[in-house]
Amino acid sequence: MSVLVRIPTPLRPLANGQKEVQLKGASVREILESLVRDYPGIRERLMDEKGEVRRFINIYVNEEDIRFLEGTKTPIKDGDELSIIPAIAGGSR
Amino acid sequence: MDFREDQIERYSRHIILKEVGGAGQKKLLQSRVLIIGAGGLGSPVALYLAAAGVGTIGIVDMDNVDLSNLQRQILHSTKTVGKSKVLSAYDTLTAMNPDVRVVPIEEKLTAENVTALFREYDVIVDGSDNFGTRYVVNDAAFFLKKPLVSGSILRFEGQVVVLEGYGATPCYRCLYPEAPPPGLVPSCSEAGVLGVLGGTIGTLQAVEVIKLILGLGDILNDRLLIYDALAMSFRKVRVPKDPSCPLCGKNPSILSVSGSTDWACSI
Ligand SMILES: [Zn+2]
Repeated sequence: MSVLVRIPTPLRPLANGQKEVQLKGASVREILESLVRDYPGIRERLMDEKGEVRRFINIYVNEEDIRFLEGTKTPIKDGDELSIIPAIAGGSR
Repeated sequence: MDFREDQIERYSRHIILKEVGGAGQKKLLQSRVLIIGAGGLGSPVALYLAAAGVGTIGIVDMDNVDLSNLQRQILHSTKTVGKSKVLSAYDTLTAMNPDVRVVPIEEKLTAENVTALFREYDVIVDGSDNFGTRYVVNDAAFFLKKPLVSGSILRFEGQVVVLEGYGATPCYRCLYPEAPPPGLVPSCSEAGVLGVLGGTIGTLQAVEVIKLILGLGDILNDRLLIYDALAMSFRKVRVPKDPSCPLCGKNPSILSVSGSTDWACSI
């Protein structure tokens, strides 16, 4: 399965500035593993020591948050889009 | 309440909209909105709400205007550098629309004072700069059943969502269960922000506030809007209410407002 992975602007410097990359995998986990293999700098920001997605980063398959699907086991279909959305707090200072 | 002549003229472009009308304009004049942060987001929110004739606008901020703020914080000016942000905001807003009662609150928002501060307002707007404050604001708005219009910006990206977790829709903890730990990610001042993003996201927050007051249209309370300035894209993703949310879920473990509002801002 080939999917488009959207990289949020705060992580783009760690992915050669790209806003999206095309990756292969059958599940969200496989796609994310492939992402951090290609761009190792993203790993620490995206995953904890156990390889779980950090709790302040949401992963969406198309419009749906994987926490409300099957987590990182969520299967991926050809043409799906995967978005990485970190919590951001800037606004005032 | 009857309009004065000058009010009929000032608000004429609202009054001729049948969805607003005289009745809607009166609602705006009688409404009370509290804005957290007189910064990049709070500035456009406050300016547009004041222009719209929102009757009472409270603004919470404990900082003074710094020269490095002026790249995005359009409530303030070179003349008000060094002055308290809320007093600078008071002057700008009152000069623009003397109908508005501006309440400057030069205090640090904390878990202890947040409930008393929120109580007399109808809608809360979050334009704060750190995660600790965002969770405290979320929890207080939830317990007081006040709609919370949340916006955030960083680098080239912004997010908007309306949180009404006391109803069938999510709260901030449903969306982001945990804040990033301090130190893991660069701070906002290191990461930078495109100044105009505050305008894009803040004006969208102002629109949602006005829709909430007027009971108009669809509220952004089941979707998160993500604006990517570089890709020039607006996208929405679904944000379900989390049944296991510790605040608004079925078996809540958070029963009162607590926590620090000092956490560093992140990512
Ligand atoms: Zn919740």
